[in-house]
Amino acid sequence: MSKKTINNLNLILFLLPGLILFVGVLIAPIALSGYYSFFNWNGFGPKEFIGFSNYKELFTSDAIGFLKALGNSLLLAALSVFVQLPVSLGLALLLGRSIKGERGFLSIFFMPVLISTVVIGQLWLKIYNPSYGILNVVLTKIGLESWTRIWLGTPETALGACFAPTLWQYVGYHMLLMYAGVKGVSPDLREAAKIDGATNGQVNRYIVIPSIKPILKVSVIFAITGSLKSFDLIYVLTNGGPLHATEVPSTLMINMLFLRNRYGMGSTIAVMLIVLCFAFALLINRLFKEKD
Amino acid sequence: MTAQTREPDNFSFGAQYQVKKTNHVGQVLVYIFLALWTFINLFPIYWMFTFSLKDNKEIFGENVAGLPKHWLWSNYASAMKTGHMSIYFINSIIVAAATILITLIAALMATYALTRLVWKLSRATNAFFMMGLTIPIHASIVPIYVTLSNIHMLNTYWALIIPYAAFALAMAILICSGFMSDIPKDLDEAARIDGCGVWGIFFRIIVPLMRPALATIGIYTFLQCWNELMFANIFNSKDQLKTLPVGIQALSGQYTTNWGPIGAALVIATFPTLFVYIFLSRRIQESFIAGAIKG
Repeated sequence: MSKKTINNLNLILFLLPGLILFVGVLIAPIALSGYYSFFNWNGFGPKEFIGFSNYKELFTSDAIGFLKALGNSLLLAALSVFVQLPVSLGLALLLGRSIKGERGFLSIFFMPVLISTVVIGQLWLKIYNPSYGILNVVLTKIGLESWTRIWLGTPETALGACFAPTLWQYVGYHMLLMYAGVKGVSPDLREAAKIDGATNGQVNRYIVIPSIKPILKVSVIFAITGSLKSFDLIYVLTNGGPLHATEVPSTLMINMLFLRNRYGMGSTIAVMLIVLCFAFALLINRLFKEKD
Repeated sequence: MTAQTREPDNFSFGAQYQVKKTNHVGQVLVYIFLALWTFINLFPIYWMFTFSLKDNKEIFGENVAGLPKHWLWSNYASAMKTGHMSIYFINSIIVAAATILITLIAALMATYALTRLVWKLSRATNAFFMMGLTIPIHASIVPIYVTLSNIHMLNTYWALIIPYAAFALAMAILICSGFMSDIPKDLDEAARIDGCGVWGIFFRIIVPLMRPALATIGIYTFLQCWNELMFANIFNSKDQLKTLPVGIQALSGQYTTNWGPIGAALVIATFPTLFVYIFLSRRIQESFIAGAIKG
């Protein structure tokens, strides 16, 4: 064998395990999902080609309620961007200022990210429990008995009750990313601004925040795509109920697949999710570019 | 940029005075806020630990938030035995360990080909792998489920290990590339002169020097598998094969009115992660930062 063929052979051997995994589990299935989405299929019997009917039904059928589920996840996305990220940024800016106990606070605030969402969900199930949950117990004890609710069982409160732990759990994640950025700002620059009489607020506004913009972009993208994909906590807390009040696209997808055996429709939802995630990522990239 | 366009500060004396004043009150407010957030983050975990050691009488009224009066370790025994937590725990370990191993091998080899070997399409291939960072696991759930069921691989460890490894791969390659580019290419050159081939360089030079990267990837991948619910829930329905997240769901259905064992199960699932976090907090945080910021 010539040296060149040996080199090529080695190259292929090095790439092979990764490529097999990646193409076999990610790329080929995406193509297949797209393919299935054009069929009426129960997963086992023959497939019936129906063109874009699944997509049409998805967006027009009230029985499926995709638009409502999508609306819920977009609401979560908005709350993530306008509530969760500001809290994270605030914490990152405070800790990045080298205050006392910085490392300790950082480590504690990051902790919920590491805990399994199922564990967090189970904990909050107990917190929200109507009769014994700590939330209602505390409300009763401080004389606000009229505020107690069946938090996860009432359509009006269930969505909020699902969102609260979701937002809470990942504050620490975004805070950590932003903190890393804040720490990357040169201390000299900060010092110089301070000597010129800038307040902490002004330093943050004019020096720190502009220089961590790339990280803010990543955080916004993660927050939005994460909201679109959200599943675990809602599955544990309500599984879309009561009366579909907390349905999100992922819970719909799972129900389509495993309760109604509609594999074509389940694939259609999967495809919509991928398209939406990529579309939002592109949109946010564009928005951040325009601002520069 | 904007800082330079500001009006020159003519009242620096007054400004400085103001800075000090706001700083003082500000400082107190800052710490109140941080303390409050600390409480919000630690309380659920504290509560979980305490109610895992209580009986219903304490949890449901006598002693809702205090330390347990009688430390009821039997909750742990029932979670482990009747609740099968010991099986789920071992399953989670097996799945996580195999996933980490496969991810590491595939990522190290691919990264070596992508960053050290000279070939035309290396950049394009790297970009191709990086698509994996944005693909949600939902994308492949239907085809993987159908395929696994056709080849009768549902309800096996592999049904989770292979998808987990595939989805961890992009991040692992990303982290690997960062570390591998820090290894000077002169080392490869020297080894080549000494008669090493590409495999020799890979095994004798690169792999030993990549240890810190392995730890970072290992931690990151471990957390992904340990906590994953959607695949685990769908691909493995047999009790003997469930991982912790699915097992906890099953157990909580079984013990709806007896909270102690559920608390114990939650602690059992969380304890290893928190234990490692106490010793490796910085490294764990770095692994999350490395993944997000370079991506």
